[in-house]
Amino acid sequence: MTGHSPQPPTSHTLAARHVTLAYERREIVHDLDLDITPGTVGAIIGANGCGKSTLLKALARLLTPTHGAVTLDGKAINTMPTRKVATIVGLLPQSPMAPEGITIADLVSRGRHPYQGMLGSWSDEDDRAVAHALEVTGLADLADRPVDEVSGGQRQRAWIALALAQQTDILLLDEPTTYLDIAYQLEVLDLLSELNATEHTTIVMVLHDLNQAARYTDWILAVKDGRQAYFGTPDEVISERMVAEVFDTDARIIADPDTGLPLMLPGTRHSLARLRGDSHGEHAQTATNHDDNLL
Amino acid sequence: MRSFNDSRDVPRSKGHAPSAGEHAYRRAAFHALLIVAIIAACALSVMFGARPVGLDDVIRAFSDTSADDIAAEAIQLRVPRTVLGLLVGAALGVAGALMQGVMRNPLADPSILGLNSGAAFAIVCSIAFAGLSTPRQYIWVALLGASLTAVLVWLVGSVGRSGPTPLKLTLAGAVISSALASLTSAILLPRVDVISTYRFWQVGGLSGGRFELMAPILPLFAIGFVLVLWSARHLNALALGDQLAAGLGVSMTRVRVLAWAAAVLLSASSTALAGPIGFVGLVVPHAARLVVGPDYRRIITASMLMGPLLMVAADVIGRVVTRPDDVEVGIVTALIGAPVFVMLVRGSKVKEV
Repeated sequence: MTGHSPQPPTSHTLAARHVTLAYERREIVHDLDLDITPGTVGAIIGANGCGKSTLLKALARLLTPTHGAVTLDGKAINTMPTRKVATIVGLLPQSPMAPEGITIADLVSRGRHPYQGMLGSWSDEDDRAVAHALEVTGLADLADRPVDEVSGGQRQRAWIALALAQQTDILLLDEPTTYLDIAYQLEVLDLLSELNATEHTTIVMVLHDLNQAARYTDWILAVKDGRQAYFGTPDEVISERMVAEVFDTDARIIADPDTGLPLMLPGTRHSLARLRGDSHGEHAQTATNHDDNLL
Repeated sequence: MRSFNDSRDVPRSKGHAPSAGEHAYRRAAFHALLIVAIIAACALSVMFGARPVGLDDVIRAFSDTSADDIAAEAIQLRVPRTVLGLLVGAALGVAGALMQGVMRNPLADPSILGLNSGAAFAIVCSIAFAGLSTPRQYIWVALLGASLTAVLVWLVGSVGRSGPTPLKLTLAGAVISSALASLTSAILLPRVDVISTYRFWQVGGLSGGRFELMAPILPLFAIGFVLVLWSARHLNALALGDQLAAGLGVSMTRVRVLAWAAAVLLSASSTALAGPIGFVGLVVPHAARLVVGPDYRRIITASMLMGPLLMVAADVIGRVVTRPDDVEVGIVTALIGAPVFVMLVRGSKVKEV
């Protein structure tokens, strides 16, 4: 599929070099560095308002740094032709808008925008890319259904399919699981990790759920007040100290009994009180359920 | 109309639904129907009026240029009038679609954005203070007034760090429009003679349509329509939200400025030639959207056909119902457009932009 692209997959490197980002004069992100290894899945985590979405926008060249630069293959991304960048880096923002009455196939086909010429002539390759995106996201049978008539999970998959039709080697997603129930959240994350496994797409997403970040990513960047607080593999980053520092919350971290990956048990006063009386195995159960309810 | 989108019964197309055979077939049939209706409306427009002429007279007038009886004279007046109707209808319909797309506002149309009040203000000033009085002068004054107002609305709507957002542009248009309307009234009220001259311009209509008046404005229409063709697919990306559009490689400012410029060129030129004609720019794109769905390339094509049809048909009706007097087209478009639109809306709720 990605054989269409002139470059072999995962050859593109996206990086932030001493990036400072500001709205007006208010600095949101300060002197932040990030090297995104091609072919990896990464998460940016942090408290609300810490600057993680702002950083993602800058990585997608939607914001120009006041200092430093976001580079794509070593060149400042803001100086590159935006349509060229759109064939390498895709962005799924937090709340995109679906025009009323648009069908899933029509929505997904808009992901081909950067490949179309002045008059927007539609090619066989466009057809193939859209068909493939619908296939991979399991939406082929729903292609002619209006987006506003399908379930929340299907709609989110349609947006991801749009990003897939864009055929970029790097895909940036801003909280792709927000507003979805737990089954759909996992469905979306599974889809993204399949995409990474089969097409070697580099994926960077802003995530809220630390346990999902631990399960689905190769690296995690924890941002606090616009600065890098922690960076590394989930094992290195997810710690009681990190949760305390970045989220100002008490938590226990245990090893996931199935995967051995770090599992966070959020320590609200309420759940801590309940945890004290329980046996160890049930701790995780109670705590994660509680976490889900909060989402 | 709903069934157009609700195609669960239609065999699933591979990938790109727009290319699905049935949809394409229905659209082609719809366009063919519109074109036939436009041709019929044009024929009626040349035949009917204070002095109806037969189809044979029309054919004779076109084949024998030396004919100079009263029938031929009537036809010579009605042909440019019909052409103006086609031009203005297409321009206003498309300009409305563009503005709704750029502003993502279903109520955006040339008059709501202050273009008509800008033109009216300039006309009133030119009559009251400069003593201008010929249609040729009014054309350039109206064009200037509408264009300057559009630039002003854009500048006011772009103040602040987020740039020209749809909401700020709409507000700026509404505010400037009201301010200019007040100023226009203030200038008019003490000047009875100006009121009577201005009144004729203000109603808006096609009766002043003459080829020698239209000719100098044609290049502006041409530029406008070319920019429209360029904008259409970008408006499709813009409709997904600013961030996603930017991620798809759309240069937001360029698209907004050029689409805006196209809409201004088209609607200001229309206002200059035919006076302020409301309703067409608002209703035609919505009617088009109800029939062809949310793709701006199709909305614009359909608007380009539905606008002229509404305009020419309204003009014919205006000439026929109160014969031998004319009811100007601006009044009739609203009178026949409103019930037609209500019928469309009853069939399916109006689509958000």
